[in-house]
Amino acid sequence: MNALPLILTVFVACSVEAVEALTIVLAAGLTREWKSTFQGMAAALVVLAVVTAAIGPALTFLPLTALRLVVGALLAIFGLQWLRKAVLRATGYKALHDEASAYLREVAAAQAAPKQTRRGVSDWYSFTLAFKGVLLEGLEVVFIVITFGANQHNVGAAVIGAAAAIVVVTVAGVAVKAPLSKVPENWLKYAVGIMLTSFGTFWGAEGAGVRWPGDDAALLVLVPVVALVSAGYVFWLRARGTAASAPAPHSEVVGS
Amino acid sequence: MNRIKAFGAFWYDFVIGDDWHVAALIVAGLALTALLVHSAGVNAWWLLPLFVFAALGWSLHRATK
Repeated sequence: MNALPLILTVFVACSVEAVEALTIVLAAGLTREWKSTFQGMAAALVVLAVVTAAIGPALTFLPLTALRLVVGALLAIFGLQWLRKAVLRATGYKALHDEASAYLREVAAAQAAPKQTRRGVSDWYSFTLAFKGVLLEGLEVVFIVITFGANQHNVGAAVIGAAAAIVVVTVAGVAVKAPLSKVPENWLKYAVGIMLTSFGTFWGAEGAGVRWPGDDAALLVLVPVVALVSAGYVFWLRARGTAASAPAPHSEVVGS
Repeated sequence: MNRIKAFGAFWYDFVIGDDWHVAALIVAGLALTALLVHSAGVNAWWLLPLFVFAALGWSLHRATK
């Protein structure tokens, strides 16, 4: 497979995660204290590096068939989580993800929390908020990079896609000094859900021993079919007409 | 013990998410595909997508009923 689709898929998926991590970091840094926020970010990045260093090479030792089976299954399950949430958002059963309101919630919580010095960190709340936010979103980035990169035997291309996403989002965040609420996150999440589900299905079936008609070209059919079926579910749920009378959507949790 | 539980809960939530039926259906779909390919010699490329679409539909139905 050409490296470009791999880079683009990882770029879009990681952009979404980076935007969410940025919202949390900005809330901690602008409201509380930048030094502790950066310490939290750095600690999370160290943990992520250790996880990547431990899991990444281990995966490359697996035979390709076993790798595709395991990674395909994980990716399909992971992708369906995204797709499920995206369809629920599109039909009003779940609140749309809104970085601006997520930011305001984090800021309110950050302003209310008392300042505590622990383990050499001057503001423990900023540290833990940044640590958790970056670690959680970063784990998803690591998962996507490792699964896509290992499967295509091109971890370098996946890393390029992820790094580009993080740089672009960070530069944009520094430039506007506010959450990137203009990014069409809900649509991006929908698109990423379709891509993760399609790739997971493709690799998982290959790992189970299937030979796809047209080999890699089957993805060119599988991706639109997954998109069409998920769109069909959106129309089905809307046509049931129950969305309007559904209970108020659950409020969105940052990172979900 | 609580930390181990929390660690396990985190990974469960990270991978499996809100509805374990989805994961169960994907695993079942893969197992059945492997069985058909290796035991019956059927190139069942169409089976896993069917399980994927069924899992999504079933999970959406459960979430919205």
